[in-house]
Amino acid sequence: MTVSTTEPAPDAPDPADAANTEDAPDGPDAASPPDPTASALAVRSLTVSFGHGRRRRTVVHDVSLTLAPGECLALVGESGSGKSVTARSLIGLAGPDAAVRAEGLWVNGRDATGFRERDWRTVRGRVVGLVSQDALGALDPLRRIGAEVAEPLLVHSLATRAEVPGRVNALLAGAGVPEPEVRARQYPHQLSGGLRQRALIASATAGGPRVIVADEPTTALDVTVQARVLELLRELKESGTALLLISHDLAVVAQLADRIAVMTDGRVVESGPAADVLGAPVHPYTRTLIASVPGRRPPEPAPRAPAGEGDVRPLLSGTGLVKRYASPGGGRRTAVSHVDFTVAPGETLGVVGESGSGKSTLAALAMGLLAPDEGEVLLDGGPWSALDERRRRPLRRDIQLVHQDPLGSFDPRFTVRRILDEALSVAGPARAVRRRERAAELLDQVGLDPELLERRPARLSGGQRQRVAIARALATGPRLLVCDEPVSALDVTVQAQVLELLARLRETYGLAMLFISHDLAVVQQVSDRVLVMRDGVVVEQGPVAEVLGAPAHPYTRTLLASVPRLPDHAS
Amino acid sequence: MTSPPTEAAIARPSFVPLRERLATFRPGLLLSVAVLVVAALACVAPGLLAPASPTDADPVAALLPPGGEHWFGTDQLGRDVYARVVHGARHSLLLGVGATALGVLVGLLIGLPSALLGRFADQVAMRSMDVMLALPELLLALLVIAVVGPSSVNAALAIAVSSVPGYARLVRGQAQVVRRAEYIRSAIGLGLRRRTVVLRHVVPNTLGPLVVPATLGVGTAIIAGSALSFLGLGPKAPTPEWGAMLAQGRDALQSAWWIAVFPGAAITLSVVAVTVVGRQLHIGLEGRPGR
Repeated sequence: MTVSTTEPAPDAPDPADAANTEDAPDGPDAASPPDPTASALAVRSLTVSFGHGRRRRTVVHDVSLTLAPGECLALVGESGSGKSVTARSLIGLAGPDAAVRAEGLWVNGRDATGFRERDWRTVRGRVVGLVSQDALGALDPLRRIGAEVAEPLLVHSLATRAEVPGRVNALLAGAGVPEPEVRARQYPHQLSGGLRQRALIASATAGGPRVIVADEPTTALDVTVQARVLELLRELKESGTALLLISHDLAVVAQLADRIAVMTDGRVVESGPAADVLGAPVHPYTRTLIASVPGRRPPEPAPRAPAGEGDVRPLLSGTGLVKRYASPGGGRRTAVSHVDFTVAPGETLGVVGESGSGKSTLAALAMGLLAPDEGEVLLDGGPWSALDERRRRPLRRDIQLVHQDPLGSFDPRFTVRRILDEALSVAGPARAVRRRERAAELLDQVGLDPELLERRPARLSGGQRQRVAIARALATGPRLLVCDEPVSALDVTVQAQVLELLARLRETYGLAMLFISHDLAVVQQVSDRVLVMRDGVVVEQGPVAEVLGAPAHPYTRTLLASVPRLPDHAS
Repeated sequence: MTSPPTEAAIARPSFVPLRERLATFRPGLLLSVAVLVVAALACVAPGLLAPASPTDADPVAALLPPGGEHWFGTDQLGRDVYARVVHGARHSLLLGVGATALGVLVGLLIGLPSALLGRFADQVAMRSMDVMLALPELLLALLVIAVVGPSSVNAALAIAVSSVPGYARLVRGQAQVVRRAEYIRSAIGLGLRRRTVVLRHVVPNTLGPLVVPATLGVGTAIIAGSALSFLGLGPKAPTPEWGAMLAQGRDALQSAWWIAVFPGAAITLSVVAVTVVGRQLHIGLEGRPGR
């Protein structure tokens, strides 16, 4: 058995002794931590490790947190920072392989250090509720929503069977689910992502818990839906429920949190009132994190605006594009409806839309991977979508794709070298030795060590994979990059680096980009012009400053209003 | 036990070390690999394991029970059963492996176009496979033998034919998944020719997941081959083949059990070993990162 020997984090409350006496007195000095027995959730010197012996890996080091009743504490960090493990350890859900140690743990004022599974069961749902990111995974696919929400009521004997339907309806309605009677009889897959997340919140709040642990509750949701879920969480907080919010997204956190703890590498590096952490960050990591939030620079007029719209022949243009898919229930669904767009040489056109808006279909049409049902895509004013594949193939090197999921876009058997070599064989040097050198140069250009050439992408980090994907796209010497959600799966600091890389490459090669994203802030940062899509239709397009600065269409306005932003005073 | 407050274990360490040790030490797997190594040796150099001839008859030494001179005893004609089992490995195992390889190859040639060429090709190929699937595999194999006549090679052919529909369906399903994968779109987007995309990306990624079912299929094919030989539809008489040996020992089971039991054990052992290794491959490949 090991005792954690790590130093307490700078701002963490000091580990006081007499931690588990009932009325631990607050010391005379002001920095002493609040009485844990009066807190909603508190932990002192939490250390969590996985594995044994030499393979032991400690993922949470000496973390101390206190969540007061009715307060929202946000735990912020990037993937692998240990924030989820910390949160789950606090409710005894770290998993069977985790070794969890702490000097003290209090759940709703009760000392929980000696809790066994049986004790935890009396607490979960009743005292602490959990809302996780993956609502589809968290809800049993074979049970109706109503049964799921009713479960805590029945398990903790909070309602008789006769009362249950009424209570379930009230809970669903309280979580902002319209038509609760109908929804209660449906299965999780019949609900949209936002409704599922709200049903999950209804289920988590059914037992009237004092504390809710929300692990990335809005990460998979569209911004407009996210705004509504955040509103719901705010109402819960205002009604006196303490909220432990885990998120990678500082802007989301800024909407709700009273206090923020920033985690990296399993340690809390900075914590304090939200305004202080966001406004005057002390730790360099916090500063990097804040600086990485996209769209913090005000939209500036396009610096390298193409030399007038009229006299430049567009590189790629689409007119009256329509694409329909057969829908599962028979009939056809229109994914893209009468869309016009143009991308001038060297210009970046941003495409913004929520899920199902048809933006990925537009990318496939631009790439010539899908044929439009109506309308035409032109390359350099000549046919592109109308060409047959044999004639289009030699032109494909001009337009390259950077996909959201780089790993999926590489043949799983290939090493980085083979991936790049294949792309170079299309338009690069003919001799294999020269291609080898060129592959190393490409990696260097995207900021990767050429030593990675012999690795397989599965063994690279998310940011490295996306850089390899960009290197592959550059290998054919393209004039246009179609970027389909290129940074959506990346941590915010990595996202900032990749965006910077794209901006640099655009300068260097005069690349044009069709940049597709659900994230307005990202699009705002990289684009010259922007196109807003909804349900397959372009609702608004124009220069970034115009569209996002003074939106004309109500949907654009809703979208803009839904985007969580850091407060202006943030450094 | 009361822990001091500085070292309170909230979740007691579970029994991972023991589990880990059990997970890494798998006697069954080791044994199976050993069986396959011996079997492979028997295929390549049977003389090394059994110097005696498998076909030399010695009427004086007929029906001797297992002992020092003849480990597995002798059969009705006085042939050494041990030598026959060892030399029979080549026929029985190669029959299984060969039939499976042929089945997978033909399955690929039918399943791949079926997945890639469009609805009409798919319908034609899959409906003919359905017709073949409607007959039990052994019956289908018997049908083939009835047409081409009994022999060692024809037995392999018959078993291959009967396994084709299964592999064709597996290939088709896998190829349909691979065809829609993002890396195929990327390859097309690079401007690669269709043939290159299919040969370089679709075929290897379709065959990869087939390794496991094919390995397990070898076991089935060995049994099917032995069954055909047992019925006298395999290799001709003096050839030592396990299924044929079973048939030969069947009538003497009460007086000379060893004639049938040892080849029977050889069949069982090799099929179990192939299956265990195949399962392990399955676990190993499923767990690999990135599909």
